[in-house]
Amino acid sequence: MTLSVTDLTIARGGIPVLEGVNFSLAPGKALVLRGPNGVGKTTLLRTVAGLQPPVAGCVDCDPENIAYAAHSDGLKGMLSVSENLHFWADIFGTKGISQALEGFDLGALVDRPAAALSAGQKRRLGLARLLVTGRPIWILDEPTVSLDVASVEMFANAVRTHLAAGGSALIATHIDLGLDAEVFDVGPYRAKPETSHDAFNSSFDEGFL
Amino acid sequence: MIALLVRDLKLAMRAGGGFGLGLAFFLIVTVLVPFGVGPESGLLSKIAPGILWLGALLACLLSLDRIFALDWEDGSLDLIATSPLPMEGVVTVKALAHWITTGLPLCLAAPLFALLLGLPEAGYTWLILSLLLGTPALSVIGTFGAALTVGLKRGGLLLSLLVLPLYVPTLIFGAEVARRGAEGLAVSTPLLMLAGITAGTIALLPFASALVLRVNLR
Repeated sequence: MTLSVTDLTIARGGIPVLEGVNFSLAPGKALVLRGPNGVGKTTLLRTVAGLQPPVAGCVDCDPENIAYAAHSDGLKGMLSVSENLHFWADIFGTKGISQALEGFDLGALVDRPAAALSAGQKRRLGLARLLVTGRPIWILDEPTVSLDVASVEMFANAVRTHLAAGGSALIATHIDLGLDAEVFDVGPYRAKPETSHDAFNSSFDEGFL
Repeated sequence: MIALLVRDLKLAMRAGGGFGLGLAFFLIVTVLVPFGVGPESGLLSKIAPGILWLGALLACLLSLDRIFALDWEDGSLDLIATSPLPMEGVVTVKALAHWITTGLPLCLAAPLFALLLGLPEAGYTWLILSLLLGTPALSVIGTFGAALTVGLKRGGLLLSLLVLPLYVPTLIFGAEVARRGAEGLAVSTPLLMLAGITAGTIALLPFASALVLRVNLR
């Protein structure tokens, strides 16, 4: 269940943002993506998760192994914390949400509607969803936004447990999680402007045809 | 899949879900028509099948943009797309949930509203039957329109413009069944056409909806 990315070129809104990206992620390892805002970290993660096709190159991994967590948590405000988690557990065909509730200290909030949670609590619920997916490769986009120091530690522990169990994680983040992870700076892979222009034109034509 | 259906039904029933919206709109249309065309019961009973079908169709249209927009806004659509559910299954379940919360209540309430317009007695069975046969097509076509416009700000207007022409065949044959039934004529031809349209849309459109949804999520 190694995730490997070969010569990947990705585009956002028809304009290539990163090109020639190569990395691989073995089980038990974590890879931290770094790079300035707008460089294409989110686009890279969405491409790896299979939500958008790459312009060139390939992502070698079965999408069925990937659990993706985006900027937004995908919670339904009118459903309670446990209903939200049970829904995802049913969708992914896994049983039991107690481990996820425990891992992110949500036990006291189970019957609270998600709309009544604070931003940090919502984020914790969104991350707890990863534990009920039961999938080995986590793809996380800025997972620590609006988390306090204690919650960040809680999250780092969840990732460590996941890695120890043979899982792996690809994380775009700006803070130091204290993980034993390799850092991958995407800055040098920025697409060159002139190629971007041609590619933009061709995809623009394609959009019409 | 069942989990998704249960969740959508739960969300529709809870506060802000808009469960009664279509029904209330249907009631308003049927109550207002006699004020507009006058109280002659002969005229009203003649136009009742058409008005009821039109009311049901517009009521259906009203809640279409919620099918995907809410899931798209809070990010759950992305997460569902990366889940083990096939996208074709997701759009089918979404259409089914829309029908259960909008189409089915309309079918059940239609006899009551038909009473307000003085529909001839013979027409009731055919009205309910035509709505039961026709409204699933409205939900499936509407889901296709919602998939096309997901992610657009204020996409509701565009959605209505895209979907209304596609609703025309269902409206023609649905209202025809109800009209002929009310006048005591043979209904089998429009009824079969209506059933054909519904079966065809259910068989084909989920694939188209799933495809455009995947493109729109990029």
